[in-house]
Amino acid sequence: MSQLAASQATSRILSALAAALPADALLTEPEQLAPYECDGLSMYRQPPLAVALPYTAEQVQAVLRICHAHHTPVIPRGAGTGLAGGVLPRADAVLLSLARLKRIVRIDPLARVAVVEPGVRNAAISEASAAHGLYYAPDPSSQIACSIGGNVAENSGGVHCLKYGLTVHNVLGIKGFLADGTPLSIGGEAPDDSGLDLLALMMGSEGLLVVVTEVTVRLLPRPRVAQVVMAAFATVEAAGDAVAGIIGEGIIPAGLEMMDALATRAVEDFVHAGYPLDAGAILLAESDGTAEEVADEIARIEAVCRRHGAVSLAVSQSEVERLKLWAGRKAAFPAVGRITPDYYCMDGTIPKKHLSAVLRRIAELSERHGLACANVFHAGDGNLHPLIFFDANQPGDVERAEAFGLDILRACVEAGGVITGEHGVGVEKLDAMCVQFAAPELATFHAVKAAFDPAGLLNPGKAVPTLHRCAEMGAMHVHGGKLLHPELPRF
Amino acid sequence: MPVSSAGPTGTLDAQSGAGPAGASTAVLDPAERILADAICAAAADQRVLHLRGGDSKRGLGGAAHGEPLSTLGLRGIVDYDPAELVVTVRAGTPLADLQAELVAHGQMLPFEPPDWPGATVGGAVASGLAGPRRAFAGSVRDALLGVRLLDGRGQVLRFGGRVMKNVAGFDLFRLQAGAWGRLGVLLEVSFRLLPRPQREETLRLPMAANEAIQRMNRLAATPLPLGAAAWCEGALHLRLCGSAAGVDAALPGIGGQAVEPAAAAAFWAGCAGMPPGHVPAADMRGPDQLEVPLWRLSVPSTTRSLGAEGEFAVDWCGGLRWLATDAPPSEVRSLAASLGGHAMAWRGNLAQPAMHPLDPVRLALHRRLFDVFDPHGVFDSGRFDAAAAQAASGAT
Repeated sequence: MSQLAASQATSRILSALAAALPADALLTEPEQLAPYECDGLSMYRQPPLAVALPYTAEQVQAVLRICHAHHTPVIPRGAGTGLAGGVLPRADAVLLSLARLKRIVRIDPLARVAVVEPGVRNAAISEASAAHGLYYAPDPSSQIACSIGGNVAENSGGVHCLKYGLTVHNVLGIKGFLADGTPLSIGGEAPDDSGLDLLALMMGSEGLLVVVTEVTVRLLPRPRVAQVVMAAFATVEAAGDAVAGIIGEGIIPAGLEMMDALATRAVEDFVHAGYPLDAGAILLAESDGTAEEVADEIARIEAVCRRHGAVSLAVSQSEVERLKLWAGRKAAFPAVGRITPDYYCMDGTIPKKHLSAVLRRIAELSERHGLACANVFHAGDGNLHPLIFFDANQPGDVERAEAFGLDILRACVEAGGVITGEHGVGVEKLDAMCVQFAAPELATFHAVKAAFDPAGLLNPGKAVPTLHRCAEMGAMHVHGGKLLHPELPRF
Repeated sequence: MPVSSAGPTGTLDAQSGAGPAGASTAVLDPAERILADAICAAAADQRVLHLRGGDSKRGLGGAAHGEPLSTLGLRGIVDYDPAELVVTVRAGTPLADLQAELVAHGQMLPFEPPDWPGATVGGAVASGLAGPRRAFAGSVRDALLGVRLLDGRGQVLRFGGRVMKNVAGFDLFRLQAGAWGRLGVLLEVSFRLLPRPQREETLRLPMAANEAIQRMNRLAATPLPLGAAAWCEGALHLRLCGSAAGVDAALPGIGGQAVEPAAAAAFWAGCAGMPPGHVPAADMRGPDQLEVPLWRLSVPSTTRSLGAEGEFAVDWCGGLRWLATDAPPSEVRSLAASLGGHAMAWRGNLAQPAMHPLDPVRLALHRRLFDVFDPHGVFDSGRFDAAAAQAASGAT
């Protein structure tokens, strides 16, 4: 297309959108677009063609129909807190923000469900349900800012997901639109939709299959009591054994988190949570439920930790103490941010039994890549967050951090795990997807995408790499991974 | 043998040699290869295959079409480490064998599947049927972590994994739960497990259905260790599950009559198939020839009792209703839909597809997904939709 034709096409779609939306619901000026040029993964930036900020589902549908008619890609966006570049714009795409659809449609305390629009913040659902003694269980760390629509797109987890599940386990139904604006309703308050479980397929589909305009979620009764045990161990291995011991005891803690020595020291310096600085690893195990259940479970967790050689143990005796013990874990990322100019957070999941081996491998890789790495770990569900230290101002550091990160994810897959536990693929882990999946599986993902979006206009290029990209990467690794002459310069 | 013929993009043959990873997905053992060969042969001859495990769900939700293809050659637990709360098992393994192994380690499948004689693990996943614990511990797909399967090209695909948290790629493994084998032959499945509760107590509280439905919903909104809530035979049945201390503390506030443990276990196991209360033994002239057809309705949990419409039992804390009615199928379907739910033809309705009819948008998506996994229409569609079955199998 010539430049003139392109600019004519652009002005046609912009005027169609302007006609369909209220005046303040379409942003086109560069300074207006700037806030939307990245999500939580700020190393990738790109302003979109325009930002649509509809107020209603009807306006969402209108945007989709217009973009479809003009063959223009659409990138749906929630709160923009994602960590994988899942809502990274394209210069030729309309960014469709669902942030203004933020109505809590209704809460039914007897049926224990809430019906909400996608822009409602995760934490706001629990706040609105609190008067009924209910809450929405999945609690991603960004829950004060992230929206339920984004949670659906990412199948978000949280510290409590071992016991209470991920988004997929807590969403009962969605309404929304396919890429061409066709309305779609899946599930609802009745369990187990008829036919194929399309609802499960929508969860974590990263905005490639559907634009959600209403979500029905399950609410749970808020536990009466919660208490946390903090146990310090001489080594990561001992802490890992204690985790296996707790699960083996038949306990599903509400939360079970581990930090290695580097992460522990960083957070203790920052928030003074009372963590022992000489420990090789610390474990936080939370129990919730009725007073009787919690007292019983805490005693059993303590006994397991002692049996596995805990060098120190503390149990919260009040809500203040509980929050203080958690404060360190919750501040792990900013604490690490204080001791390194930049850090790159990885998100692999592994079978828990391979924790020691994978951490040893990460230590080796750390040495090889010349970058430090602290580890925080959702120990109950095997989700590992290595935090790679780097300095974006040092030439080559970003590339080294990315290479180190991909090597970590490869180690996770080799240990029988996966490349992303909760952050999603987005643009960030497209290469890593080639490590986890073979060509026929990737081809099936593309075909499923095409079944929902034949024109390929909804968040194109995210979440699933092209076979071509993987083939190129495979070839690259044959040379790059097993260099015969590492001393030789390569260009 | 074309186990990895061209994929939907038509580019696989060029790519598969360079495919960088997932090497294990291409490996088939002899029992799996027999199935792959059968699929390829059926695709070549335009025949329809009906996947069969232990045949324990025969007659359930409509008649089967096509030639049977047995999965019973796929047997055994592949990997089980209790400390991981994860088990990986081959699809033709008898469910009873798996359950026995889990019991020996103090663990269980969270979704409490029906334990009909002969039932296999693959059938438990494919049918997506869950028992009383489903309302509190989740459904089949909630417990599913990953699958290996053969698609309609005889191509082996692996989705998901053996870990609890995994957001890489679309959740095509969960899509297999309740797909009745329409998308492929399950080879191997991984589940997340739960520890068996330290203590279970069942209480029986005589009351009418409407009162029971109110009561169970109200109890579920309080932090009690509930593990099942059903109504049948004129009484609310509640199961408390958890630590001994927690269950003991909860019991006095509820009241009712404690049910002796063996009787309680048998009652709940029975509910997983169908709660008692309707069919007298004399009326069971074989599962396909009931006097009155049986229906299983999913509805919002607080829906009033459907006693006037033939409801004889309520499970899943109100979300599941069992009806015996000779009302025309279209009326039962409309009733379910008007309540915001859907109806599955359970038994005695061989002419009916099991599934509630889909709206046009979802039906179109189903057909496209059938085409993605099964472009030659090899797998039986009878339980979904007569029209879909015909469309997919190329029949007129």
